[in-house]
Amino acid sequence: MPQTKPKVIGFCCERHGMDAVVLAARSGKQLDASVRLLQVPCTGRVDGLHILKALEDGADAVFVLGCLEKNCYYDTGSIEGRKRVGYVKQMLAELGIEKERVEMFNAASSNSWIFPEIVAKMVDVARKLGPIGGEKR
Amino acid sequence: MIVAKRKALNEIAEMLAPYKKVTVIGCRSCVAICLAGGEKEVKMLVSALKVKNKKEGRKQQIEGTVVERQCEKEWVQEIEDQILDSDVTLSMACSLGAQTIGDMYPKHLTFPGLNTGMFGVPEEQGVWSEKCVGCGNCIIHTTGGICPIARCAKSMLNGPCGGSANRKCEVNLEVECAWAAIYDRLKIQNRLDLIESVIQAKDWSASHSGGRRVFVREDAKLTPHQKKGKGVQ
Repeated sequence: MPQTKPKVIGFCCERHGMDAVVLAARSGKQLDASVRLLQVPCTGRVDGLHILKALEDGADAVFVLGCLEKNCYYDTGSIEGRKRVGYVKQMLAELGIEKERVEMFNAASSNSWIFPEIVAKMVDVARKLGPIGGEKR
Repeated sequence: MIVAKRKALNEIAEMLAPYKKVTVIGCRSCVAICLAGGEKEVKMLVSALKVKNKKEGRKQQIEGTVVERQCEKEWVQEIEDQILDSDVTLSMACSLGAQTIGDMYPKHLTFPGLNTGMFGVPEEQGVWSEKCVGCGNCIIHTTGGICPIARCAKSMLNGPCGGSANRKCEVNLEVECAWAAIYDRLKIQNRLDLIESVIQAKDWSASHSGGRRVFVREDAKLTPHQKKGKGVQ
C-alpha cells in the first residue's frame, strides 16, 4: 500500500493562537506540511460538529489552538473551546474511536516553541493511529 | 418541559448496525432546549455515527432531519417520504415523538435515541431539575408553589420525614429537603399557617396508577363532518 501523508486539521484562533503560529514561522521553525490550519475568530466559535466533520471528511487528527485560558482575548472563548473538545473526545470514546485524535492546546502570543510541538505531537498521533478505518501509515 | 438525555453512542450504534439506511429525526421543542435532540445534536450524532461506520468499514447511509414537534402528527407527516424511504428511524425526540412516528407508521421501525427522563426546568445553563411528576392532581397552591411529590424523595405530603437534617434530604445530602424549601416559601408569603394544616391522603387515581391517561376536550374535538372536510383520518 502506498504511504500517504497524515492529515491533521488545526482550528486556530486569530488572536494569541495565530500569533504563536506566525512567530514560530518567523523564527524559522520547520513545520510538517501535513497540517492544515483553519483560522477562526475565537476557539469559542469552534463547534463539536466542526471537529467531527473534519474527522468524517478524512482528517486523521484534529486540534484546536486558542489563547491561554486566563488570558483569552475574548475572556472565556478558549474555555468554551476546551469544553467542546472534551465533549467530542467523550463521544469518540463512547464509539470506541481513539479520543487522542482530538486535542485542545493553548498558547500565548510569545510562545514560538508551542506550535512546532503541537504539530509534532499531532502528526505523531496521526501516524501512529493512521486513518480512521484504514491502515496505519 | 420534557427533559431527556441521549443514549450512550455505542448503544445507539449497536441498535442501528444491522440496517443500511437510517434516518435520524430530531425535534425543535423540549429536547432541543435540553440539548439532547435538537438540530445541532442530530447533526453531531449523524457525523459521529459516520465516523464510527468509517472506522468499522460499514456501509450505512445515515441522514438527519428535524421537525418542529415530533409528538404532533402534522409535523411528522411533512417528512413521511424520508421516514418511509429508510430501513429504520432513530427518534431524537422524547418517547412521545418516537411513539408518534411508531403509531403513524406501524410497519416501519422506529428506535429511541434518547432516554426520556422527567418534567423539569432549566436551572442554569446545562442543568435541568425535576419539578413535576404529572400526578394529575396539583396541590402546589397549598405548598408555596413547590411540589412535594416531585421534590421529596418520599413524596411526603405533610411535612418532612425524620431523615431531614440541616435542610438536606437523607437520600442525597446534596439535595435540599423539599419541605425545608416549602417552609421557607410559605414563610416569605406569610402563609405559615398552611404548614400546620393537614393535606388529606392523595387520590392517586388521576396519576399513572390507573393506566394510560387520555384527556379530552369535547369542544375542541372535530365532528366526523369536520374531519371529512379537513381530510383528517
